[in-house]
Amino acid sequence: MADISIDTDLARKILTGFIRTELNRAGFSKAVLGLSGGIDSALACYLAAEALGKEGILAVRMPYKTSAQDSLDDAQQVIDALGIQSLTVPITEMVDPLFERFLGMENRRKGNIMARERMIILFDQSEAFHGLVVGTSNKTEILLGYSTWYGDSACAINPIGDLYKAQVRELAQAMGVPKSIIEKAPSADLWAGQTDEGELGFTYDQADQILYLLIDQRYTPQEVVDASFREEFVKAILQRVRRNQFKRILPPIAKLSNRTIGYDFLYLRDWGT
Amino acid sequence: MKLNLALAQINTVLGNVEKNLEKHLALIDQAQAACTDLLVFPELSLTGYVLQDLVPTVAHRAEDCDPVFHQLLKASQKIDVMVGFVEEDARSRFYIASAYLSGGKVLHVHRKVYLPTYGLFDEGRFFAWGDGVSAFDTRFGRVGMLICEDFWHASLPYLLWLDGADIFLFASSSPGRGLPHANPCDEPGRLDSARWVDEINRAYAGLFTSFVCHTNRVGFEDGLNFWGGASVYDPDGIALVHGPQHEEALIQVELDLNQLHRTRARLPVLRDERTALVLRELNRIVNAKDNS
Repeated sequence: MADISIDTDLARKILTGFIRTELNRAGFSKAVLGLSGGIDSALACYLAAEALGKEGILAVRMPYKTSAQDSLDDAQQVIDALGIQSLTVPITEMVDPLFERFLGMENRRKGNIMARERMIILFDQSEAFHGLVVGTSNKTEILLGYSTWYGDSACAINPIGDLYKAQVRELAQAMGVPKSIIEKAPSADLWAGQTDEGELGFTYDQADQILYLLIDQRYTPQEVVDASFREEFVKAILQRVRRNQFKRILPPIAKLSNRTIGYDFLYLRDWGT
Repeated sequence: MKLNLALAQINTVLGNVEKNLEKHLALIDQAQAACTDLLVFPELSLTGYVLQDLVPTVAHRAEDCDPVFHQLLKASQKIDVMVGFVEEDARSRFYIASAYLSGGKVLHVHRKVYLPTYGLFDEGRFFAWGDGVSAFDTRFGRVGMLICEDFWHASLPYLLWLDGADIFLFASSSPGRGLPHANPCDEPGRLDSARWVDEINRAYAGLFTSFVCHTNRVGFEDGLNFWGGASVYDPDGIALVHGPQHEEALIQVELDLNQLHRTRARLPVLRDERTALVLRELNRIVNAKDNS
């Protein structure tokens, strides 16, 4: 097993500095986060609260009628522990009419609709609270594309997108995220009994290892196989990474002029600040 | 002879030369009040780092008729100053450059030779590369300036050493990368990039029996962090000062330049350096490559 542990003190210092600086440069000092009860949003919330102070955070719980009570309770634990402001906005009455409009809708469509509904609520609260939406996607799920495009992946800044799932766990532990959140099975909680690992067909620990070797260490797929991973598994991971590239970049613009956004009109977002 | 050196590890406003100039002038005043002889700023200290299409809009010339340098040159009548900027030459080529200003004059401008264009870096797309390196005389002795990737190549510090530099002034805008593992063998709290730069600077000081002074900026640009961590090593490779990681600071340190004499009396590697052999072998190697 490759050592993917991290210096959590250093990560914490950089990530809180990142949140504070990047929000301030955009003219903000507050943040809005969707709190699912899972470890990723809990960690992002802890980092944001440390960066901005508890008054600067609005945590939003957005349950659907089938959401587990545990998820709501775990999210409440984070709210209570940090002493941050919170809102609960159930999405059932918003998404059910759309589900009913297309009877027999499969779970994936419903899941995407729920994720996008939550995005709408968060960005609306962003305006009302005058805070930017802080993202909660980790490196493992971004690489695997295990997210809804313009749904849970939508945010203004993402402090945890360069941390693999195991590293999220390590940092969450160091920052004092409640144990029940760290230890429970990861789940998008889009339908009863759903778990990420059940849906993906492999564990995050396995995926972290393979991704770390392929991406961070620049191993060839064959070298990963030689490091004792099943060939089919390595191929499947690689395929997921490739096929989901579209979720990680802005949609391409067809080039016509001499200067086109995305190709030869290049500025950082921090331009002038 | 003593040199009171100050290293500025500062944050910058991306693409706003006026704001950055204000900060430079304020720090020059502050350093002067603390009896500083020489104040060193990081790479691109007047502009910020990831400039991309901003490059042509932030370029200046190290001349008294340039409005920005006019003020810096005026300030350099108080103390010597090394600043980082985008230089535009007479034919509108843009360089990453450092200028050494003293007594109201430009003593030297170094144009960055090695422009990293790999991984997260894209300097070669926006800048022309400098085509030379030379040491120059100051009131503290002979000095050599390099900019970031320049000293990731051993050849440039080596050439400056042979050209007479006893004090190396290195400037960086080094994006932090490589989070160390938990319980690293190395001291914790430093990124891999910070550790590597610090190790080679120490090595240069020891190998060249010279002073190596390095400063690096701090802050963020989009998702990139800059780690600061300025340092000075003496000719024995001993750390005289370490700046904090990731925090703005003005670091003052006194250099006892007589240490050059003491170290080189003990360890005459400069005396024994066989430059003719180096040149002969380099010619052979380069010619053999040409032939193959």
